[in-house]
Amino acid sequence: MTLHIAVLVVLLGLFFVLPAYHVGAFSRIMVLAIYAMGYNLLFGYTGLLSLGHAMFFAAGMYGFGLTVNLFGFSVAPAFLTGIIAAAALALIVGYLALRTAGVAFMIVTLMFAQTVYLVILYFGEYTRGDEGFVVQQAQRSFAGIDLTGETERYFAALILFAICFLAVAKLVQMPFGKRLVAIRENEERARMLGYDAAKLKLHALIISGAVSGIAGATYGLLFGYVGASFSTVQYSIFPLLWVLLGGAGTTIGPLIGVIFMFYLIDISSGYTDAYLLIAGVALVLLTLFAPLGLVGTLRKRAFPWLP
Amino acid sequence: MLASLEGAVISAILVLTAMGLSIVFGVMRVVNVAHGEFFMLGAVLAWVVTTTLGGHPVFGFVAALIVVPVLVGCIAAGADRLILKRVNYDPDRTIVATIGMLYIIQQATLMTYGPEARPVEAPFNTRLSLPWFEFGDEGFQMIWPWGLSITSYKLFVIFAAIAVLIALWIVLTRTKIGLIMRATQQDSDTAQAFGVPVGKVYSWVFGLGAGLAALGAVLVVPIQQAHYLMGGDPLLLAFIVVIIGGLGSLPGTVIAALLIGMSDGIISVFFSPTLAKIIATFLVAMVLVFRPQGLLGRAPS
Repeated sequence: MTLHIAVLVVLLGLFFVLPAYHVGAFSRIMVLAIYAMGYNLLFGYTGLLSLGHAMFFAAGMYGFGLTVNLFGFSVAPAFLTGIIAAAALALIVGYLALRTAGVAFMIVTLMFAQTVYLVILYFGEYTRGDEGFVVQQAQRSFAGIDLTGETERYFAALILFAICFLAVAKLVQMPFGKRLVAIRENEERARMLGYDAAKLKLHALIISGAVSGIAGATYGLLFGYVGASFSTVQYSIFPLLWVLLGGAGTTIGPLIGVIFMFYLIDISSGYTDAYLLIAGVALVLLTLFAPLGLVGTLRKRAFPWLP
Repeated sequence: MLASLEGAVISAILVLTAMGLSIVFGVMRVVNVAHGEFFMLGAVLAWVVTTTLGGHPVFGFVAALIVVPVLVGCIAAGADRLILKRVNYDPDRTIVATIGMLYIIQQATLMTYGPEARPVEAPFNTRLSLPWFEFGDEGFQMIWPWGLSITSYKLFVIFAAIAVLIALWIVLTRTKIGLIMRATQQDSDTAQAFGVPVGKVYSWVFGLGAGLAALGAVLVVPIQQAHYLMGGDPLLLAFIVVIIGGLGSLPGTVIAALLIGMSDGIISVFFSPTLAKIIATFLVAMVLVFRPQGLLGRAPS
């Protein structure tokens, strides 16, 4: 717990130290880290590899953006709608997809996410398809605070990140989290010990989807843009990449992974348009040399106390 | 009638691509997400070969038809040795690694070949009209309607695909190579114990799978231009075909490819293309949820 507080303090301190460009970058990093943490809950702790998490991110994002744009919801209820939309989608997807396992689970989640993406395109009249739409500045203030400013945005991202970060850290310490790890390690054995593996996996998927939805809604709220590109396969692969890079099944791994990848792409895109090449090389090198990720490898080699 | 001939051309390309994916999955239990990129690589290399050689289109095309699949196969076999072998064909890690390969191949092509779509000239391209039978005033008669025609090249694609399929079937069922592959598929440990070089077989199979995709791509470039993002659709379609046909079942793959290729045109007559894609994608997901072994596959014992 001390370590988690320390991470948050560092993030708070960074605001005063970093130049403006990097403050903006870190607001984005923290929002994406929420997404990565949601993914990590399912992949890192429960051992289920989904290739379709972008649908939950998009559900949160569109749940927020569409209710604001079409029905004039204020921030709080719209945000809540986003989370509920993501959780509900996770419930449906989980009910169907969790009948399968392994490779079939990956492909089924991929197909569902593709369906969601196409549905967004199909209702282009409301969603504006690939082009997306902008959430107006006037609609992005909460409790009298305008969330479009750089400072407000950073602190809003930090607060939401802190809530998710501490909640996930707590969750995986609880018996519930331990049971998920038991399923990851040996599902058969967990079932033999009397745990309802199917139910636990469904719960894990719903929580994971809801957290991803929070990230999506936060993104829409803080950056004011909602677009179909966030529901493409690429956005399903990114969280996998971040979590693998940082360390699956560690609480701070997702944040580390996002920071690393964000700056890797940020720097390399200054040199070439083919910046996704970096993502590809990173994926291959990771699977070959560091399947545990940065934090995971550190934990194994040097600091077994890392959460 | 014309729609079904066009459908047959789509099926012919699809069956080659899907067959590659199916063989790789069947023998190695590897889901090759980079398969579409091998297809794209085949198309791009076909353009490279035909333009460097110059001369008569037939000459360049035949050279591409022979050289490109071998080249792509070698690249794939190299990737297998370099990457997949080192992760011990662990299902989760191979998927991640092949996603990485997808980005590497795609982006490397973008950096070298560029973002333009480029055409390859068909070796021969005469229009053939087809006869149509009709009951007219003078009884049963044969007419040659204006709209009903197909280029000779498209017919060639259909026959080429059939020829490759027959060759593949003979190799798999009648030769020692096929025997070794089937032995590895059934039980790689026992095959290893009987002296089958399983590692080598895996590299060959991975190369063969990619080579088949590349062959399909060489056949398709005179119809569709070569572009660095063209691998996405064939990958998705090949996945759909392999899943519906039953993972690893070769006859199932052929039937499913025909079904999908033919129905592609028919579905889009009734629905808008996006809605047709939504329905198709969702149905495939449902097939996988309720019949993971595919429509024709057998349940694992």
